[in-house]
Formats: sequence, C-alpha cells, structure tokens
Amino acid sequence: MSRALKSREALLGLAIMLLIGLIATRFPDFVAPSNLANVFNDTAALIILALAQMVVILTKCIDLSIAATLALCGMVAAMLDVAGVPMAVIVPLAMALGACLGAVNGLLVWKLQIPPIVVTLGTMTIYRGIIFLISGGKWINDQEMSPLFKSLPRMEFLWLPVLSWCAVAVVAIFAVLVGRTPLGRSFFAVGGNAHAAVYTGINVGRTQFAAFVISGALAGLVGYLWVARYAVAYVDIANGFELDVVAACVIGGVSIAGGVGSVGGAVLGALFLGVIKNALPVIGISPFWQMAISGTAIILAIAVNATEGRSRGRVILKSAEHVA
Amino acid sequence: MQASPSDRPVLRLSGISKSFPGVRALSGVSLALYPGEVTALIGENGAGKSTMVKILTGIYQPDAGTIEVDGQVTAFPTAAAEATAGVTAIHQETVLFDELSVAENIFLGHAPRGRFGLIDKAAMVAQARALLARIGANLDPTITLKDLGIANKHLVAIARALSIDARVVVMDEPTAALSYKEIEELYELVERLKAEGKAILFISHKFDEIFRIADRWTVFRDGELVGAGMMNAVDEAQLVQMMVGRPVDQIFPKRQHSLGAPVLTVAGYCHPTEFQDINFTLHMGEILGFYGLVGAGRSEFMQALFGITRPSKGACRIDDRIAVIRSTAQAIAHGIVYVPEDRGRQGAVKGLPIYQNVTLPSLGRTSRHGFLRLAREFALARQYTERLDLRAAALDQDVGLLSGGNQQKVVIAKWLATRPRVIILDEPTKGIDIGSKAAVHAFMAELAAEGLAVIMVSSEIPEVLGMSDRVIVMREGRMVAEFGKAAMSPEALVRAAAGIGERAAA
Repeated sequence: MSRALKSREALLGLAIMLLIGLIATRFPDFVAPSNLANVFNDTAALIILALAQMVVILTKCIDLSIAATLALCGMVAAMLDVAGVPMAVIVPLAMALGACLGAVNGLLVWKLQIPPIVVTLGTMTIYRGIIFLISGGKWINDQEMSPLFKSLPRMEFLWLPVLSWCAVAVVAIFAVLVGRTPLGRSFFAVGGNAHAAVYTGINVGRTQFAAFVISGALAGLVGYLWVARYAVAYVDIANGFELDVVAACVIGGVSIAGGVGSVGGAVLGALFLGVIKNALPVIGISPFWQMAISGTAIILAIAVNATEGRSRGRVILKSAEHVA
Repeated sequence: MQASPSDRPVLRLSGISKSFPGVRALSGVSLALYPGEVTALIGENGAGKSTMVKILTGIYQPDAGTIEVDGQVTAFPTAAAEATAGVTAIHQETVLFDELSVAENIFLGHAPRGRFGLIDKAAMVAQARALLARIGANLDPTITLKDLGIANKHLVAIARALSIDARVVVMDEPTAALSYKEIEELYELVERLKAEGKAILFISHKFDEIFRIADRWTVFRDGELVGAGMMNAVDEAQLVQMMVGRPVDQIFPKRQHSLGAPVLTVAGYCHPTEFQDINFTLHMGEILGFYGLVGAGRSEFMQALFGITRPSKGACRIDDRIAVIRSTAQAIAHGIVYVPEDRGRQGAVKGLPIYQNVTLPSLGRTSRHGFLRLAREFALARQYTERLDLRAAALDQDVGLLSGGNQQKVVIAKWLATRPRVIILDEPTKGIDIGSKAAVHAFMAELAAEGLAVIMVSSEIPEVLGMSDRVIVMREGRMVAEFGKAAMSPEALVRAAAGIGERAAA
C-alpha cells in the first residue's frame, strides 16, 4: 500500500513499543518473553476478529453481529461436544455455521440492499436470542465439556499454544488473501469506489457477501476457541466484544468509509488494545481506565487519518505531479 | 449587434472574464437582463453558460468585469449574499432539502421569527401558502419536499425566489426533466413572473421553447459573446448558425478510414423508460458518434449495452453470434468496455495505486492459480500507461494525486489492458484541457486504425464532426437521425437533436 500507510503502521508499532517500554521501567516482569507470549495469546481472538472485521469494513460495510455469531457458534460447539461429537467434526462445523450466519448478513445486504449496520444490529440480537432458545438459558460448564475440547487451544508446540498459532495462521492467510488474490483486491475496489468497481466487472454485492461469509467463518472458529479456553458457554459470552473489534480496526488505520486498511494495521491495532488491557491490572489502574484509554486511542487514530487526508490537497500545478 | 434597450436593465454584466487552469471559460462577455422580460441564453455545451450562472449566483468570482444593478456599479455577489443581491437560480435538478417541508424550504435562512427569536411556524406556513397561491401552485406547505415531483420542486424554488424578493430569476434548463404538461405549467409561471416585473434568464437548448417564451436572446460560443438582440428580429436558422458556426479551429487527426467486418450489431434495444428501438451495426475500425442533448438517453443506452442495466427487449450480436450481457463482467468478457463520463464517481478508484487501477478488470490475466502476480501487474500497467504517455512518478502512486487528464489516461489504460473489441467513450474530453483533448483524439484515431470499434458519446459538435465516421442522433430516448461523413453538418446535428424540422435521412 501507500507510503503514508506504511509510516502509519510504523507509528503504531512505535507507540506499542513505547508503551511496553514505559511499563517495563516500573514492572520489568511485564516484558519477560513468557509474559509477552501470554499477552499475545490473550489478544489472539481479537486479532482474528479484527482481520475478519477489516475485510467487511474495507467493502464499506460493518459486522456488528460478529460477537453474537462467536457466541452462538461457541454454544453450538459446546453442545456438540456434550453430545459426544468428535473434535475433528466440531471445529469445521463451528466455522461452517459461522459462515452461514455471515451469509445471512451478506444476503440481506446484497439482495435486499439493507444498510449493513441495520442488518447486523438486527442479526446480533437474533443470534443471541437463538443461543437462549437452544440452551434454554442454561450454562454449559467445565465439568460437562470433554478434556480434549478444553485443552486443544492450550496445547503448546514450538513455545506457543494452539490459540496463538491460530492467530498467526489467520494473519498469514489474510496477508495473502488481501494482498495477493483478486477477491482481496476487489474488497478495496468496492469500498474505495463502488461505482468504478461496477464498471470494471466487479459484482459489488457479491464481494460484500464474501466479506460477511469470511467474517462469519472466523467468528465461528473464535467461538470454539473462546468457549474452550474459558471452559464455559452461555448466552452473554463476548457481549460487547464487537466494539473492541471495530476499535482495533479503527486504531489500526482501517477507514470506516471503506477502501483503506491493511493486515498489519489491523493486527497492530488489536495488539495495542491487548497490551493496554493486560498492562493496566499490572500497573494497578482500574479497568475502567482501559475504556477511557482505548477511547482516546480511537479518537487520536481518526484525528491522524483526518490530518493525513487534509495535508495532501489537490494537485493543480502540472509541475507538482512529479513531486506528489 | 447589441440591441438598443427599450428600458434600463435591472442587471448588467460587462467585460466578464473567467479562467480556470488550462481553460478560458469566459472572455469579455456581457449580459443584460431587463425587468419583466425573459432573456434566453443560448450556446453549445462548454460555451460558458454555466460559468455565467455561477458568477451571477456568486459561486464563482470573475477575473475581470463589472456588474451594475439599476445602473449602479456594485460588488459581485458572493454565495452568501446572493439572496440580498436579488438573484436566485433554479437549476435542472433543484437544490433544495428533501427532508424539510415545503414551507421550511421556502423560508430557510429567513424564516419569520416570533417571540424569543424562535421560528414562528404558523406564520411561516401561512406566508408560504400565500406565496404558493401567488404563483398558482396548489401545494400543501407542510408536505415534505421529497414527496414532490421535479415540477413541483421547481415551484417551491420559485416560491423561495419570491420570498426573498428576488428581482432576477435564473432558470438553467428547467424543462429538461419535466413532462409535457408540466412544461406548459412552467411557461404559465414564467408569464406570471414577467408580469411581476422579474427579470428572467432562461437557459435552454430547445428552440421551440425559446421562441415561445423569450423576449431577448444572447448567444455565447467558446466563452465569447456572439450576439444579443430581440427575439422578434431573429429566426431559428440564424440562432443555430451563431451557436455553432465557427471556423474549424481545432485540428482533428486525419484518418484513412477503411471499415472492416461488422463487430457489434444491436437490434431493437428497448428499455421501459429510458430508450426505445435502438438499431445499428458497428464495424472494425469505425468511430461511431452518438450526439444528442443532455438527457437524450445516450448514456442510459450505453449502460444497458455494457450490462449495468438490462434492456427489456432487443438483441446484441458480436461477430454475428448472439451475446448475452447481463453483467459488466460478461460485457468485458465479450470485449466491450465502457469509459464512463464521470471519472470521479465511475472511473478511478482513489486510494488504490495506479497499477492496481489499471489491472482491476484484468485480474484474471495477472493471476496464476488464483494468486496475483505483482510482476505481471506492473508489466501490464507499464505497457499501457507508457503507451498513453502518462506523466506520473511511479506506478504505485495513488491515483487520487493525479490531475484530471492523467486520471483519464489511467482509466483508458485500464480498459485497453482488457484488450477490448469495442470501446465506448462517454464524453471522453469533457472537462479536460485543450492539450489533453488533442491527445485523446489522436489516441482514438490510433485505436480505430488498429481495428478497434469505437463508440463516442459526445455533446460537443466539433468533436463529433471531427472524429466520427458516422453519427447517430438521439432525442428523447430514440434514434432520430443518422448521418454519414458527407451528410454531417453542425446545423443538421443541432436541428435533429433539438427536434427542429423533419426527421433527417442518412
């Protein structure tokens, strides 16, 4: 992408380093490799969902139902486990269910042209409601889940747990998907200029549909990981998490107006929130400050975006074309 | 040629000049508007009419010239002071607020105030009702504007003009989007405004209505004043002559045209509302011009041909095989590409670098096993941008940073990279400077020489005459005339497009 974005990612990376450095001056334990690995592991779900949300936002949509999809798929995964379904089936099924839930969002946006924010606000409530219906409002807890179901995300190989490796794999896949496939390119084209995209033979609605399906499938994956990691499934898991996910995207430079964003930015945005969330209890600051800090970070990120856009200006002078 | 004024003009502009980078929009033109009279402003697209309206309404400030109100030299209006200067404009697509009520639209910015400086809604509605009655409009002032048709929106705009006590009313092609009956009602309204002593500037391409309602005429051509006078001392032929009659000062590329085999045959294309019964055959190496007034249905037809909308009837054959085009992707696969008129909205994707814009419709060719090959993308982009002599520092530069002319080149490069058989260019030189225009024309000739079939939609007569091998004229959604190279003349095109005289034969 453009140089401005690259420098923007560097800036965010620097901010995270600075933050970690600052914490390290008073709490050296925080920067121990094992603790940093813990922070990463704790942020893995946010990273995966931020990338999923990013492709949706790139196409000028938004998926507010992402956390509800996560919760529904997590509940279904837990119920399948209780019913004795093998793990090799549960995870693909959770992702397939997520993809279907995403497809519902996508079809409503594509075929009925309903604004995405309205669609996903509606399905967000519906999906939570379905969890209540299928679970009868009851929790599925630790004792009911099979040992393998719970331990899979925690299994370590090559120094990191499976949960972290999932995030790494998703980042790698997205780097290729977004940067190196025609679908990835059409996400940018559709969000950047939908009219122009139509003229180049891109089906705008179908591209948005694809983004919602990807988002749903990943929410399904995280649904299993989440329920297994915390060893509990109930109606309200990950309640409000969709806002953290959108926040990670915005901090990472993904433009809500569509067409602008990068994998690196979204990952760094998620890490930034992850570091703050994990550091504040260490420093002994109330978790309420966390909200204020992430709120400030969002506004700062948008302010940086706005000034970048403004400083460019129009190139009117012929001689300035080469300079630009 | 200046006619001696029968009385003092309410508004007189003299020696007005206005330049934009690369374009001289107006040079030393004058315009006088008289109370109780309709002055028709006539000219081709690009003659400077719109620039004049924008100066009158304070959107542009002229580089030179003076403005006199009642014989007193005053400052040029600014947009904010437009209302106080007493000039108000009614545009083709009226600029009002859809979500506000009729009364609120009429009084926005100068609503009657009641106690505590709050808007007195009852008084506002009552006054609005009185104003609407004055222009004979039977409208409920409390209705929301979006529920009204265009004709009624014009009425609201006119009521607004009366509410600010405007002395000059500018009507910029007010009938372009109206039905026959609505047009008649508008004429009646113009008569009422005349009776109230308003000075009216009426811009139109339709000669029948100019002769019906105007008292005076002023003709602009290429940003200069050609003449002005009384309507009763002039006829259609003279006006058309003044409007288009110019020495051919633009040089168009000379072409040895030898037409090849037929590429595209369109038979009986119809659309329920936009166009009807379009038939033609396009040959390799041919440049086919589509001329007509704005709103004649040319772009709408092209969009159907390109698969953006679907025709209700009709068939399209490519190389004598039926081609089913239901999406733009299919049109591109059949070798048809469309370079749209509105580059900003429909052309370049700002935010994406140049090379990614060029390869956007060709991603299938630049990828292998579903993965994009950056080297191939760059090679393809370089090949076509170099061919168009694109001035840009690097291919990974954001398209949004390029000038209009260069953005146009990126858009054209994007289409050429798909290796099309038929290329549709919609107003290819609109809004670009003369140097870039010549380059686009030379390039079109080159494409045709290579055997590409070119359809050029253009509202600029010199361009149509200079470039086309054949011209189809559309009016009100139908093909009304077709001219071969020998039969083309500016007068014939204007007459056919404006509906003067009989249907012309090829």
